[in-house]
Amino acid sequence: MASIIELDKLSKHYASIAAVDDVSFSVEDGEFVTLLGPSGCGKSTLLRMIGGFEEPSGGVIRLAGQDVTWTPPYRRDVNMVFQDYALFPHMTIGENIAYGLKLMKLGRTETAQRVTDALELVGLHDKIDQRPHQLSGGQRQRIALARAIVRQPKVLLLDEPLSALDAKLREQMQLELKHLHEKVGITFIMVTHDQTEALVMSDRVVVMEKGRVAQEGSPHLLYDHPRTPYVANFIGTTNFLDGQIARAAEGTARISVAGVELEAVTDSPRRAGEAITLGFRPEKVRLLSEGESGENEIPGEIAEVVYYGLGLRLAVAVAGGGRVYVDSLLPDRLADTAVPAVGQPVRMALSPGNIFLFDAEVA
Amino acid sequence: MVMALTTPADKAAPKARRGMMQRYAADTAFMTFVAILMAFLYIPIWVLIVFSFNDSRSLTWPLTGFTLEWYEKLWNNSQLQDAIGNSFYVASCATVLTLLVGVPAALALHRVNFPGKKVFRRLVVLPITLPGVVTGISMLNLFRVLGFNLSLETVILGHATALLAVVVTQVSARLERLPKSLEEASADLGAPPLHTFLHVTLPNIRSAVIGAGLLSFVLSFDEIPVTFFLTGRDNTLPMYIYSTMRRGVTPEINAVGTLIVLFSLILIIGAVIATRERKK
Amino acid sequence: MTLLRERLGGAAVLGIPLIWIAVFMLLPYAIIATYSFWIKQYPTFVPAFQFGNYLNLFTDPQYSKVLIRTLKVSLLVSFFAFLLGYPFAYFLAFRCRSQALRTWLYMAVIAPLWVSYLLRAYVWKTILGTEGILNSFLMSVGILSEPSDIFLYNQFAMVVTLTYIFIPFMVMPVYTSLEKIPRNLVEASADLGMRPIPTFLRITLPLSMPGVAAGFTMTFCLTFGDFVAPFLVGGPDGNLVASVIVTQFGTALNWPMGSALAIFVLVIVLAVLSLSDRVERAFSPKEA
Repeated sequence: MASIIELDKLSKHYASIAAVDDVSFSVEDGEFVTLLGPSGCGKSTLLRMIGGFEEPSGGVIRLAGQDVTWTPPYRRDVNMVFQDYALFPHMTIGENIAYGLKLMKLGRTETAQRVTDALELVGLHDKIDQRPHQLSGGQRQRIALARAIVRQPKVLLLDEPLSALDAKLREQMQLELKHLHEKVGITFIMVTHDQTEALVMSDRVVVMEKGRVAQEGSPHLLYDHPRTPYVANFIGTTNFLDGQIARAAEGTARISVAGVELEAVTDSPRRAGEAITLGFRPEKVRLLSEGESGENEIPGEIAEVVYYGLGLRLAVAVAGGGRVYVDSLLPDRLADTAVPAVGQPVRMALSPGNIFLFDAEVA
Repeated sequence: MVMALTTPADKAAPKARRGMMQRYAADTAFMTFVAILMAFLYIPIWVLIVFSFNDSRSLTWPLTGFTLEWYEKLWNNSQLQDAIGNSFYVASCATVLTLLVGVPAALALHRVNFPGKKVFRRLVVLPITLPGVVTGISMLNLFRVLGFNLSLETVILGHATALLAVVVTQVSARLERLPKSLEEASADLGAPPLHTFLHVTLPNIRSAVIGAGLLSFVLSFDEIPVTFFLTGRDNTLPMYIYSTMRRGVTPEINAVGTLIVLFSLILIIGAVIATRERKK
Repeated sequence: MTLLRERLGGAAVLGIPLIWIAVFMLLPYAIIATYSFWIKQYPTFVPAFQFGNYLNLFTDPQYSKVLIRTLKVSLLVSFFAFLLGYPFAYFLAFRCRSQALRTWLYMAVIAPLWVSYLLRAYVWKTILGTEGILNSFLMSVGILSEPSDIFLYNQFAMVVTLTYIFIPFMVMPVYTSLEKIPRNLVEASADLGMRPIPTFLRITLPLSMPGVAAGFTMTFCLTFGDFVAPFLVGGPDGNLVASVIVTQFGTALNWPMGSALAIFVLVIVLAVLSLSDRVERAFSPKEA
């Protein structure tokens, strides 16, 4: 597969602030890539530079091998779905979708055909003569998609496309967008601050932090192998504890933390005595019942119990003043005795492969 | 229990009644004030109209009788008709000119960053507060220096300059509410800037442009201070009326005035219809 | 090539207004600024660079008296326009419960702006004159036995006329700023135990200051440069600055003095504008 978009050392400075700082990555043809990060991390600016709405302060953007860094948006073969949809209020839905086709000088019949096809694709062919304000938020969203896709661009850019929708609709649209991507085969680049959205929809996620790429990779790579505490914390929830390497060996290390010694798998070589930040996900922790034993046992005392329907989240105080969150699913029928009480001592087990090790200074 | 329930209610009743009375008194006071203000604003206009039909040369109370004599006199006044013609000419040209300069100026202020933008913005809208006398004499001197003869055309240039402020403020206010993403979407869909302007921006600021145009027309039609300095031998309507007033008050002026009020009313209704925004 | 053409098109959008402003505003101001330093030498004037004309503004009573009068009349007009305009705008924004009535009343105040300014000034001349409608009316109902000249050709007449003319310029910005005040601020104040009048003084009034400043600016500046009302209703000692400017460029044939006066008006307007900008900024919610 060939790269459809290549970003080479792309930067954007506003006065002295670097919104985007030396970002390089490429997107394969047909991929669904998500730029993920909190607001102000530069992800939208990056997307707008790809679309041609912002001029970079440095670096190069290549679209299908051609340098388009200084090409105005109207001559770039990419299309955008705007956060506020940007449907032209003075035109009908049909006119909105035909707008970009007319500029391609396609001829009347083909334009009409493509407009119909695009509306069929998003399931709104009966709205062709209505105006944007007569449609619901979800419908407008789909029209914005149809208007952008109808030109068959090389790349479709989506700027927080689902942020204006309510939670239920958003969930439904996530899958719809994913299916649409599979159907049309166009490269999608989406910007979002919602990690679930990123994990559900994309082939690859680029996590951004302060104008730079923090980590990129497939959703499960990011979830299971976060490179920094920032990534670990942004995607899912992570417990952090400070510790020290007690003994290091090839691929594994023993860490003294919270009054015990734990075994962990490590990718990079570690030295004994090194300070370290240790991370693990609440749902990977197993609570041991009376008499049961497991790997990497950590003793503690329950400090808080939160019930959230699907399961329980326990806050467990461990030695050294740290707090660890533990998620556990509830048994089929909840018996009062099954709910742990605050103040009760517990033992937790954690498999060595589920522990992330981060250099201490990074945290 | 019953006792406990009724006692506070009994105490509260006069209090509630007093609150209602206060509210009623405040409402009445406001309504009276509004009525007085309306009278202050509109009695003079009715005076103007009523006396244009009064069959006495002098404008004194009480009214003496109904006549259309003053309107007949206007009908036969060729100077007045020339002045009206001149005013239409000046107001139309000045409006077109000021729109041609003002709409791009508003766009530039919104979409382009350039050095001196702040000064430019301040200068463009200055004539809203700057008395016409300053615009008038400064432009008079410009034309003297350039060796232009004063004519209706110099008046047009003066009006167009003074009215830029009206156009720029009205169109800017509308542009501010127009999401930038609409123009970006248009560019994204392949439209070059001019196409975007004609097919996306202009249709969305249309009502503001029409409104600004109508207001410019009225203001130009009615303008004195700038015209006073920049006109040559030809008189516009307000200049003609102004010079008639030097000779004293006459019911003919009331008749012209009544016609102008009527004309303004038609334009206001036109403006309301034209600028009424589509229901969202 | 096409890109170059489009860039040129962009330049025209900016260029036309820029050139227009330079030629028809900056250049003329520069010319009168230059003239204002020249010397009058009957029957014409000669180039010079001296401040005599400006000095005259303040020392020669012929001018300084007019300046003080203009200042006084302008302040009075602004003040009365505020006195009448603010409660009206407040009523529209907070008290008027019918949307239709609000629209109609607002239109009713703005509409006179569309009716000839000259006629609105003229009609006061016919009302207030010695032979005028007010006098004859008062005589016909027996309050006066003979016509009084107290109504016309004085500063009172000028203030009434100009207030009448410029009220819309006060109502518009005040109403706009009152309307922007979130209703829940007033409700929150009441909820916290503040009575209506203190709420008005501590919440509503400060938040509407930007509108008041804009209204004051408009009414003050427009009055400051008016010469039509003084001509119609002002009388012998009703001359304002603008009337003097007219004379200097007309019968007095003293362009340098007229230019200095015009520059003075320009400076006053700019000063008032920057002052009102400051007030507006001081009372505007700070950006987070």
